[in-house]
Amino acid sequence: MKTIFVLWIRQLLRYGRSKSRMFGSLAQPVLFLVSLGFGFSTVFEKAGQGNYIEFLAPGIIAMSIIFTAIFTGMDVIWDRQFGFLKETLVAPVSRFSIMFGRTLGGATVATAQGAIVFLISLLAGFRPVSLALVPFAVVIMIMIAVLFTALGTMIASKLTDMHGFQLIINFLVMPLFFPFRSNFPFGGIAGCFIIYSWNKPAFVRSRRFAGSSYRNEPLWIRS
Amino acid sequence: MNSIEVHNLSKTFGDIEAVKDVSFDVKKGEIFAFLGPNGAGKSTTIKMLTTLLHPTSGTMRVDEKDPILHPEEVRRSFGIVFQDPSLDDELTAYENMNFHGLLYDVPKEIRQTRIDELLRFVELYDRKNSFVKEFSGGMKRRLEIARGLLHHPKIIFLDEPTLGLDPQTRNHMWSYLQELNITEGVTVFFTTHYMEEAERVAGRIAIIDHGSIVALGTARDLMEKTGTKTLEDAFLGLTGKKIRDDEAGKNDNIRMARRVWTARK
Repeated sequence: MKTIFVLWIRQLLRYGRSKSRMFGSLAQPVLFLVSLGFGFSTVFEKAGQGNYIEFLAPGIIAMSIIFTAIFTGMDVIWDRQFGFLKETLVAPVSRFSIMFGRTLGGATVATAQGAIVFLISLLAGFRPVSLALVPFAVVIMIMIAVLFTALGTMIASKLTDMHGFQLIINFLVMPLFFPFRSNFPFGGIAGCFIIYSWNKPAFVRSRRFAGSSYRNEPLWIRS
Repeated sequence: MNSIEVHNLSKTFGDIEAVKDVSFDVKKGEIFAFLGPNGAGKSTTIKMLTTLLHPTSGTMRVDEKDPILHPEEVRRSFGIVFQDPSLDDELTAYENMNFHGLLYDVPKEIRQTRIDELLRFVELYDRKNSFVKEFSGGMKRRLEIARGLLHHPKIIFLDEPTLGLDPQTRNHMWSYLQELNITEGVTVFFTTHYMEEAERVAGRIAIIDHGSIVALGTARDLMEKTGTKTLEDAFLGLTGKKIRDDEAGKNDNIRMARRVWTARK
Protein backbone atom coordinates (compact mmCIF):
# COMPACT_ATOMS: atom_id res chain seq x y z
CA MET A 1 0.00 0.00 0.00
CA LYS A 2 2.81 2.36 0.94
CA THR A 3 4.49 1.73 -2.39
CA ILE A 4 1.34 2.55 -4.33
CA PHE A 5 0.89 5.69 -2.25
CA VAL A 6 4.51 6.83 -2.75
CA LEU A 7 4.37 6.42 -6.52
CA TRP A 8 0.94 8.03 -6.77
CA ILE A 9 1.73 11.08 -4.65
CA ARG A 10 4.99 11.54 -6.49
CA GLN A 11 3.20 11.90 -9.82
CA LEU A 12 0.82 14.45 -8.31
CA LEU A 13 3.64 16.46 -6.77
CA ARG A 14 5.47 16.51 -10.07
CA TYR A 15 2.36 17.62 -11.92
CA GLY A 16 1.50 20.35 -9.46
CA ARG A 17 5.02 21.71 -9.47
CA SER A 18 5.81 21.97 -13.13
CA LYS A 19 3.48 24.79 -14.00
CA SER A 20 5.11 25.32 -17.36
CA ARG A 21 4.45 21.74 -18.37
CA MET A 22 0.87 21.99 -17.17
CA PHE A 23 0.19 25.08 -19.26
CA GLY A 24 2.15 23.69 -22.16
CA SER A 25 0.02 20.59 -22.35
CA LEU A 26 -3.13 22.69 -22.10
CA ALA A 27 -2.11 24.80 -25.08
CA GLN A 28 -2.77 22.07 -27.62
CA PRO A 29 -6.37 21.21 -26.69
CA VAL A 30 -7.21 24.88 -26.31
CA LEU A 31 -5.76 25.60 -29.70
CA PHE A 32 -7.79 22.80 -31.26
CA LEU A 33 -10.90 23.92 -29.50
CA VAL A 34 -10.53 27.50 -30.61
CA SER A 35 -9.21 27.03 -34.12
CA LEU A 36 -11.33 24.04 -35.13
CA GLY A 37 -14.29 25.10 -33.05
CA PHE A 38 -14.65 28.64 -34.25
CA GLY A 39 -13.16 27.89 -37.64
CA PHE A 40 -15.66 25.23 -38.62
CA SER A 41 -18.68 26.37 -36.66
CA THR A 42 -20.24 28.43 -39.46
CA VAL A 43 -19.85 25.65 -42.02
CA PHE A 44 -21.20 23.16 -39.55
CA GLU A 45 -24.25 25.27 -38.82
CA LYS A 46 -24.90 25.95 -42.50
CA ALA A 47 -24.89 22.22 -43.07
CA GLY A 48 -27.71 22.02 -40.58
CA GLN A 49 -25.75 20.18 -37.93
CA GLY A 50 -26.16 22.59 -35.03
CA ASN A 51 -23.50 23.93 -32.71
CA TYR A 52 -20.02 22.63 -33.57
CA ILE A 53 -18.48 23.43 -30.16
CA GLU A 54 -21.08 21.17 -28.58
CA PHE A 55 -20.01 18.50 -30.99
CA LEU A 56 -16.29 19.06 -30.66
CA ALA A 57 -15.73 19.63 -26.93
CA PRO A 58 -16.11 16.01 -25.73
CA GLY A 59 -13.60 14.91 -28.35
CA ILE A 60 -11.08 17.53 -27.28
CA ILE A 61 -11.48 16.60 -23.62
CA ALA A 62 -10.92 12.94 -24.44
CA MET A 63 -7.95 13.87 -26.60
CA SER A 64 -6.25 15.81 -23.83
CA ILE A 65 -6.76 12.92 -21.44
CA ILE A 66 -5.43 10.38 -23.91
CA PHE A 67 -2.35 12.45 -24.76
CA THR A 68 -1.48 13.21 -21.16
CA ALA A 69 -2.09 9.61 -20.15
CA ILE A 70 0.00 8.03 -22.90
CA PHE A 71 2.88 10.43 -22.36
CA THR A 72 2.90 10.01 -18.61
CA GLY A 73 2.91 6.29 -19.18
CA MET A 74 5.77 6.57 -21.62
CA ASP A 75 7.81 8.62 -19.17
CA VAL A 76 8.77 5.21 -17.83
CA ILE A 77 11.53 5.10 -20.45
CA TRP A 78 13.35 7.99 -18.74
CA ASP A 79 12.31 7.09 -15.31
CA ARG A 80 13.70 3.61 -15.51
CA GLN A 81 17.14 4.80 -16.57
CA PHE A 82 17.51 8.19 -14.92
CA GLY A 83 14.74 8.51 -12.47
CA PHE A 84 13.22 7.45 -9.28
CA LEU A 85 11.72 4.34 -10.88
CA LYS A 86 15.15 2.75 -10.98
CA GLU A 87 15.39 3.25 -7.26
CA THR A 88 12.11 1.50 -6.68
CA LEU A 89 13.25 -1.52 -8.71
CA VAL A 90 15.92 -2.40 -6.14
CA ALA A 91 13.60 -1.65 -3.21
CA PRO A 92 11.98 -4.58 -1.39
CA VAL A 93 8.55 -4.01 -2.91
CA SER A 94 6.53 -5.89 -5.50
CA ARG A 95 6.79 -4.97 -9.16
CA PHE A 96 3.03 -4.96 -9.40
CA SER A 97 2.57 -2.26 -6.78
CA ILE A 98 5.23 -0.10 -8.47
CA MET A 99 3.43 -0.20 -11.81
CA PHE A 100 0.01 0.07 -10.21
CA GLY A 101 0.95 3.16 -8.20
CA ARG A 102 2.57 4.79 -11.15
CA THR A 103 -0.40 4.11 -13.41
CA LEU A 104 -2.83 5.45 -10.82
CA GLY A 105 -0.73 8.59 -10.48
CA GLY A 106 -0.57 9.13 -14.23
CA ALA A 107 -4.29 8.51 -14.57
CA THR A 108 -5.09 11.01 -11.82
CA VAL A 109 -2.98 13.63 -13.56
CA ALA A 110 -4.63 12.91 -16.92
CA THR A 111 -8.11 13.13 -15.42
CA ALA A 112 -7.23 16.45 -13.80
CA GLN A 113 -5.99 17.68 -17.15
CA GLY A 114 -9.27 16.58 -18.77
CA ALA A 115 -11.26 18.38 -16.07
CA ILE A 116 -9.35 21.60 -16.74
CA VAL A 117 -10.05 21.30 -20.46
CA PHE A 118 -13.71 20.69 -19.63
CA LEU A 119 -13.81 23.95 -17.66
CA ILE A 120 -12.11 25.79 -20.51
CA SER A 121 -14.59 24.36 -23.02
CA LEU A 122 -17.40 25.76 -20.85
CA LEU A 123 -15.85 29.17 -21.40
CA ALA A 124 -15.76 28.49 -25.12
CA GLY A 125 -19.46 27.88 -25.13
CA PHE A 126 -19.84 24.15 -24.50
CA ARG A 127 -23.00 23.23 -22.58
CA PRO A 128 -23.51 19.63 -21.43
CA VAL A 129 -27.01 18.35 -22.07
CA SER A 130 -27.64 17.69 -18.43
CA LEU A 131 -25.62 18.33 -15.28
CA ALA A 132 -26.73 14.98 -13.94
CA LEU A 133 -24.58 13.34 -16.59
CA VAL A 134 -21.39 15.10 -15.46
CA PRO A 135 -20.49 12.60 -12.68
CA PHE A 136 -20.98 9.81 -15.18
CA ALA A 137 -18.70 11.67 -17.57
CA VAL A 138 -16.05 11.87 -14.87
CA VAL A 139 -16.21 8.10 -14.38
CA ILE A 140 -15.61 7.61 -18.10
CA MET A 141 -12.79 10.15 -18.04
CA ILE A 142 -11.10 8.17 -15.26
CA MET A 143 -11.55 4.95 -17.22
CA ILE A 144 -10.00 6.46 -20.34
CA ALA A 145 -7.14 7.85 -18.27
CA VAL A 146 -6.38 4.52 -16.59
CA LEU A 147 -6.58 2.62 -19.86
CA PHE A 148 -4.21 4.90 -21.74
CA THR A 149 -1.73 5.38 -18.91
CA ALA A 150 -1.49 1.63 -18.65
CA LEU A 151 -1.12 1.38 -22.43
CA GLY A 152 1.66 3.99 -22.45
CA THR A 153 3.41 2.20 -19.59
CA MET A 154 3.13 -1.09 -21.41
CA ILE A 155 4.61 0.30 -24.60
CA ALA A 156 7.39 2.05 -22.67
CA SER A 157 8.35 -1.09 -20.83
CA LYS A 158 8.92 -2.78 -24.20
CA LEU A 159 10.84 0.11 -25.75
CA THR A 160 14.50 0.24 -24.87
CA ASP A 161 15.42 3.51 -26.51
CA MET A 162 13.88 6.68 -27.78
CA HIS A 163 13.80 5.75 -31.48
CA GLY A 164 10.44 4.12 -31.11
CA PHE A 165 8.98 7.21 -29.54
CA GLN A 166 8.17 9.10 -32.73
CA LEU A 167 6.81 5.91 -34.20
CA ILE A 168 4.33 5.57 -31.38
CA ILE A 169 3.22 9.17 -31.74
CA ASN A 170 2.67 8.87 -35.48
CA PHE A 171 1.14 5.42 -35.60
CA LEU A 172 -0.77 5.25 -32.37
CA VAL A 173 -1.50 8.61 -30.82
CA MET A 174 -2.39 10.66 -33.88
CA PRO A 175 -4.58 7.97 -35.49
CA LEU A 176 -6.40 7.72 -32.18
CA PHE A 177 -7.17 11.38 -32.32
CA PHE A 178 -8.08 12.15 -35.91
CA PRO A 179 -10.89 9.69 -36.60
CA PHE A 180 -12.83 10.71 -33.51
CA ARG A 181 -16.25 11.17 -34.92
CA SER A 182 -16.66 13.79 -32.32
CA ASN A 183 -14.08 15.99 -34.00
CA PHE A 184 -15.26 15.70 -37.58
CA PRO A 185 -18.62 14.41 -38.69
CA PHE A 186 -17.65 11.53 -40.93
CA GLY A 187 -20.35 11.80 -43.54
CA GLY A 188 -19.89 10.83 -47.14
CA ILE A 189 -16.67 9.04 -46.50
CA ALA A 190 -15.60 5.56 -47.47
CA GLY A 191 -17.21 2.85 -45.41
CA CYS A 192 -13.96 1.44 -44.11
CA PHE A 193 -13.15 4.73 -42.48
CA ILE A 194 -16.44 4.80 -40.71
CA ILE A 195 -15.87 1.31 -39.36
CA TYR A 196 -12.38 2.36 -38.31
CA SER A 197 -13.71 5.38 -36.53
CA TRP A 198 -16.43 3.67 -34.63
CA ASN A 199 -14.21 0.84 -33.63
CA LYS A 200 -12.25 3.23 -31.48
CA PRO A 201 -13.53 2.70 -28.00
CA ALA A 202 -12.26 6.10 -26.99
CA PHE A 203 -14.39 7.66 -29.64
CA VAL A 204 -17.57 6.01 -28.48
CA ARG A 205 -16.83 7.07 -24.95
CA SER A 206 -15.95 10.57 -25.93
CA ARG A 207 -19.25 10.93 -27.71
CA ARG A 208 -21.14 9.66 -24.75
CA PHE A 209 -19.47 11.07 -21.77
CA ALA A 210 -20.35 14.69 -21.88
CA GLY A 211 -23.85 14.00 -23.09
CA SER A 212 -23.31 16.09 -26.15
CA SER A 213 -26.48 17.12 -27.87
CA TYR A 214 -25.43 16.15 -31.36
CA ARG A 215 -28.78 15.11 -32.75
CA ASN A 216 -28.11 13.32 -35.98
CA GLU A 217 -26.02 10.53 -34.60
CA PRO A 218 -26.84 7.05 -35.81
CA LEU A 219 -28.43 4.63 -33.41
CA TRP A 220 -25.44 2.38 -32.95
CA ILE A 221 -23.60 5.09 -31.10
CA ARG A 222 -26.19 4.94 -28.40
CA SER A 223 -25.97 1.20 -28.02
CA MET B 1 32.35 -14.10 7.56
CA ASN B 2 31.56 -13.09 3.99
CA SER B 3 29.22 -10.35 2.89
CA ILE B 4 29.23 -11.39 -0.75
CA GLU B 5 30.08 -14.79 -2.16
CA VAL B 6 30.15 -15.45 -5.88
CA HIS B 7 30.85 -18.88 -7.38
CA ASN B 8 31.32 -19.58 -11.08
CA LEU B 9 28.98 -16.79 -12.07
CA SER B 10 28.26 -16.45 -15.81
CA LYS B 11 25.95 -14.30 -17.87
CA THR B 12 25.49 -14.49 -21.61
CA PHE B 13 23.46 -12.16 -23.81
CA GLY B 14 22.80 -14.00 -27.05
CA ASP B 15 26.27 -15.19 -28.02
CA ILE B 16 28.11 -12.51 -26.05
CA GLU B 17 29.58 -13.75 -22.80
CA ALA B 18 29.43 -10.66 -20.59
CA VAL B 19 30.55 -12.46 -17.43
CA LYS B 20 32.50 -15.74 -17.58
CA ASP B 21 32.89 -18.06 -14.64
CA VAL B 22 33.59 -15.36 -12.06
CA SER B 23 34.26 -16.30 -8.43
CA PHE B 24 35.19 -14.05 -5.50
CA ASP B 25 34.33 -13.30 -1.88
CA VAL B 26 33.96 -10.00 -0.11
CA LYS B 27 34.42 -10.07 3.67
CA LYS B 28 32.12 -8.33 6.09
CA GLY B 29 33.20 -4.74 6.65
CA GLU B 30 35.62 -4.76 3.73
CA ILE B 31 36.03 -2.02 1.11
CA PHE B 32 36.27 -3.90 -2.16
CA ALA B 33 37.09 -2.36 -5.54
CA PHE B 34 36.01 -3.87 -8.82
CA LEU B 35 38.10 -2.52 -11.67
CA GLY B 36 38.07 -3.16 -15.37
CA PRO B 37 38.03 -1.47 -18.77
CA ASN B 38 34.75 -0.46 -20.39
CA GLY B 39 32.54 -3.40 -21.23
CA ALA B 40 34.48 -5.79 -18.98
CA GLY B 41 31.38 -6.97 -17.14
CA LYS B 42 31.45 -4.80 -14.00
CA SER B 43 27.95 -3.39 -14.27
CA THR B 44 26.51 -6.75 -15.32
CA THR B 45 27.97 -8.35 -12.19
CA ILE B 46 26.54 -5.57 -10.00
CA LYS B 47 23.15 -5.98 -11.66
CA MET B 48 23.16 -9.68 -10.89
CA LEU B 49 24.17 -9.12 -7.26
CA THR B 50 21.47 -6.49 -6.83
CA THR B 51 18.64 -8.71 -8.20
CA LEU B 52 18.18 -6.73 -11.42
CA LEU B 53 19.48 -9.52 -13.66
CA HIS B 54 19.37 -13.30 -13.48
CA PRO B 55 22.67 -15.08 -14.10
CA THR B 56 22.92 -17.73 -16.79
CA SER B 57 24.73 -20.01 -14.34
CA GLY B 58 26.60 -19.92 -11.03
CA THR B 59 25.61 -19.10 -7.49
CA MET B 60 25.69 -15.94 -5.38
CA ARG B 61 25.19 -15.05 -1.73
CA VAL B 62 24.54 -11.46 -0.72
CA ASP B 63 24.42 -11.08 3.05
CA GLU B 64 24.15 -14.88 3.19
CA LYS B 65 21.02 -14.96 1.03
CA ASP B 66 20.49 -15.95 -2.56
CA PRO B 67 19.42 -12.96 -4.73
CA ILE B 68 17.50 -15.27 -7.08
CA LEU B 69 15.54 -17.16 -4.45
CA HIS B 70 15.05 -14.36 -1.92
CA PRO B 71 15.15 -11.09 -3.86
CA GLU B 72 13.13 -9.10 -1.29
CA GLU B 73 15.39 -9.99 1.63
CA VAL B 74 18.49 -9.27 -0.42
CA ARG B 75 17.06 -5.92 -1.54
CA ARG B 76 16.53 -5.00 2.08
CA SER B 77 20.14 -5.74 2.94
CA PHE B 78 21.91 -3.45 0.48
CA GLY B 79 21.94 0.17 -0.62
CA ILE B 80 23.05 1.24 -4.07
CA VAL B 81 24.31 4.30 -5.90
CA PHE B 82 23.82 3.82 -9.63
CA GLN B 83 26.05 5.06 -12.40
CA ASP B 84 23.14 7.17 -13.70
CA PRO B 85 21.27 9.49 -11.37
CA SER B 86 18.17 8.00 -9.82
CA LEU B 87 16.81 10.92 -7.82
CA ASP B 88 13.58 12.64 -8.66
CA ASP B 89 14.55 16.14 -9.77
CA GLU B 90 11.13 17.61 -9.14
CA LEU B 91 11.15 16.57 -5.51
CA THR B 92 13.08 18.09 -2.62
CA ALA B 93 16.05 16.37 -0.99
CA TYR B 94 13.90 15.57 2.02
CA GLU B 95 11.09 14.09 -0.09
CA ASN B 96 13.52 11.88 -1.96
CA MET B 97 14.81 10.58 1.36
CA ASN B 98 11.36 10.20 2.88
CA PHE B 99 9.98 8.23 -0.07
CA HIS B 100 12.96 5.92 0.12
CA GLY B 101 12.25 5.38 3.81
CA LEU B 102 8.61 4.58 3.03
CA LEU B 103 9.57 2.07 0.36
CA TYR B 104 11.92 0.32 2.78
CA ASP B 105 9.39 0.36 5.63
CA VAL B 106 11.55 2.41 7.98
CA PRO B 107 9.28 3.32 10.94
CA LYS B 108 8.30 6.96 11.09
CA GLU B 109 10.25 8.14 14.18
CA ILE B 110 13.41 6.37 13.12
CA ARG B 111 12.95 7.70 9.60
CA GLN B 112 12.79 11.34 10.67
CA THR B 113 15.84 11.22 12.90
CA ARG B 114 17.83 9.08 10.48
CA ILE B 115 17.09 11.43 7.55
CA ASP B 116 18.23 14.47 9.54
CA GLU B 117 21.30 12.62 10.74
CA LEU B 118 22.31 11.49 7.25
CA LEU B 119 21.63 14.86 5.64
CA ARG B 120 23.89 16.45 8.26
CA PHE B 121 26.45 13.75 7.59
CA VAL B 122 26.65 14.57 3.86
CA GLU B 123 26.33 18.30 4.64
CA LEU B 124 23.04 18.86 2.89
CA TYR B 125 20.90 19.50 5.95
CA ASP B 126 20.42 23.21 5.28
CA ARG B 127 19.33 22.36 1.74
CA LYS B 128 16.85 19.69 2.73
CA ASN B 129 13.86 21.57 1.35
CA SER B 130 15.52 22.55 -1.92
CA PHE B 131 14.56 20.83 -5.15
CA VAL B 132 17.06 18.29 -6.38
CA LYS B 133 17.11 19.97 -9.82
CA GLU B 134 18.89 22.93 -8.19
CA PHE B 135 21.71 20.70 -6.94
CA SER B 136 25.14 20.31 -8.52
CA GLY B 137 26.41 16.91 -9.63
CA GLY B 138 28.39 16.47 -6.42
CA MET B 139 25.46 17.36 -4.20
CA LYS B 140 23.24 14.89 -6.03
CA ARG B 141 25.81 12.17 -5.51
CA ARG B 142 26.04 12.95 -1.80
CA LEU B 143 22.27 12.84 -1.53
CA GLU B 144 22.20 9.49 -3.31
CA ILE B 145 24.73 8.10 -0.88
CA ALA B 146 22.73 9.40 2.07
CA ARG B 147 19.61 7.86 0.61
CA GLY B 148 21.30 4.53 -0.01
CA LEU B 149 22.24 4.39 3.67
CA LEU B 150 18.84 5.32 5.08
CA HIS B 151 17.60 1.79 5.71
CA HIS B 152 20.81 0.70 7.51
CA PRO B 153 22.08 -1.52 4.71
CA LYS B 154 24.81 -4.02 5.48
CA ILE B 155 26.35 -3.58 2.04
CA ILE B 156 26.54 -0.55 -0.19
CA PHE B 157 27.14 -0.91 -3.93
CA LEU B 158 28.59 2.08 -5.77
CA ASP B 159 28.80 1.92 -9.56
CA GLU B 160 31.34 4.57 -10.62
CA PRO B 161 30.19 6.89 -7.85
CA THR B 162 32.84 9.53 -8.45
CA LEU B 163 32.48 9.84 -12.21
CA GLY B 164 32.58 13.50 -13.20
CA LEU B 165 33.23 14.81 -9.68
CA ASP B 166 36.06 17.16 -8.82
CA PRO B 167 38.86 15.94 -6.52
CA GLN B 168 37.49 17.90 -3.55
CA THR B 169 34.07 16.30 -3.77
CA ARG B 170 35.61 12.90 -4.36
CA ASN B 171 37.83 13.22 -1.36
CA HIS B 172 34.91 14.34 0.76
CA MET B 173 32.74 11.51 -0.41
CA TRP B 174 35.31 8.88 0.40
CA SER B 175 35.92 10.28 3.84
CA TYR B 176 32.19 9.83 4.60
CA LEU B 177 32.22 6.32 3.25
CA GLN B 178 35.35 5.34 5.13
CA GLU B 179 33.96 6.78 8.33
CA LEU B 180 30.76 4.86 7.80
CA ASN B 181 32.67 1.72 7.06
CA ILE B 182 34.43 2.04 10.41
CA THR B 183 31.51 3.20 12.57
CA GLU B 184 28.70 1.06 11.16
CA GLY B 185 30.73 -1.75 9.64
CA VAL B 186 29.10 -1.31 6.22
CA THR B 187 30.66 -3.39 3.47
CA VAL B 188 31.53 -1.19 0.47
CA PHE B 189 31.63 -2.67 -3.04
CA PHE B 190 32.52 -0.15 -5.73
CA THR B 191 33.65 0.20 -9.33
CA THR B 192 35.76 3.06 -10.63
CA HIS B 193 38.07 4.16 -13.40
CA TYR B 194 40.27 6.17 -11.03
CA MET B 195 43.13 3.91 -10.03
CA GLU B 196 44.50 6.09 -7.25
CA GLU B 197 41.08 6.05 -5.65
CA ALA B 198 41.03 2.27 -5.56
CA GLU B 199 44.60 2.20 -4.27
CA ARG B 200 43.82 4.64 -1.48
CA VAL B 201 40.54 3.31 -0.12
CA ALA B 202 40.12 -0.33 -1.14
CA GLY B 203 41.29 -3.20 1.05
CA ARG B 204 41.27 -5.59 -1.87
CA ILE B 205 40.91 -5.07 -5.59
CA ALA B 206 39.57 -7.39 -8.28
CA ILE B 207 40.46 -6.69 -11.89
CA ILE B 208 38.00 -7.99 -14.44
CA ASP B 209 38.58 -8.10 -18.17
CA HIS B 210 36.54 -9.69 -20.97
CA GLY B 211 34.17 -11.04 -18.35
CA SER B 212 36.80 -12.90 -16.28
CA ILE B 213 38.71 -11.92 -13.15
CA VAL B 214 42.37 -11.60 -14.13
CA ALA B 215 43.76 -10.63 -10.73
CA LEU B 216 42.58 -10.26 -7.14
CA GLY B 217 44.43 -8.93 -4.12
CA THR B 218 45.60 -5.81 -2.33
CA ALA B 219 47.01 -2.98 -4.42
CA ARG B 220 50.49 -4.06 -3.26
CA ASP B 221 49.87 -7.67 -4.36
CA LEU B 222 48.84 -6.52 -7.81
CA MET B 223 51.88 -4.28 -8.21
CA GLU B 224 54.22 -7.03 -7.01
CA LYS B 225 52.60 -9.54 -9.31
CA THR B 226 53.17 -7.36 -12.34
CA GLY B 227 56.44 -5.82 -11.19
CA THR B 228 55.12 -2.30 -11.52
CA LYS B 229 55.27 0.78 -9.31
CA THR B 230 51.73 2.11 -9.59
CA LEU B 231 48.33 0.47 -9.69
CA GLU B 232 47.66 2.15 -13.00
CA ASP B 233 50.68 0.38 -14.53
CA ALA B 234 49.64 -2.88 -12.91
CA PHE B 235 46.17 -2.43 -14.37
CA LEU B 236 47.54 -1.77 -17.84
CA GLY B 237 49.94 -4.68 -17.47
CA LEU B 238 47.06 -7.01 -16.67
CA THR B 239 44.46 -5.78 -19.14
CA GLY B 240 46.68 -4.58 -22.01
CA LYS B 241 46.91 -1.18 -23.59
CA LYS B 242 44.44 -1.74 -26.34
CA ILE B 243 41.58 0.76 -26.26
CA ARG B 244 38.23 -0.97 -25.95
CA ASP B 245 35.72 -0.13 -28.60
CA ASP B 246 32.81 -0.10 -26.31
CA GLU B 247 29.82 -0.13 -28.61
CA ALA B 248 27.37 2.68 -28.08
CA GLY B 249 24.77 0.87 -26.07
CA LYS B 250 21.15 1.68 -25.78
CA ASN B 251 21.81 3.58 -22.61
CA ASP B 252 24.21 5.90 -24.37
CA ASN B 253 21.49 6.72 -26.86
CA ILE B 254 19.03 7.44 -24.09
CA ARG B 255 21.62 9.54 -22.26
CA MET B 256 22.17 11.55 -25.40
CA ALA B 257 18.46 12.01 -26.04
CA ARG B 258 17.99 13.05 -22.44
CA ARG B 259 20.64 15.73 -22.70
CA VAL B 260 18.99 17.16 -25.78
CA TRP B 261 15.57 16.87 -24.20
CA THR B 262 16.40 18.46 -20.87
CA ALA B 263 18.34 21.24 -22.56
CA ARG B 264 15.26 22.07 -24.58
CA LYS B 265 13.07 22.21 -21.54
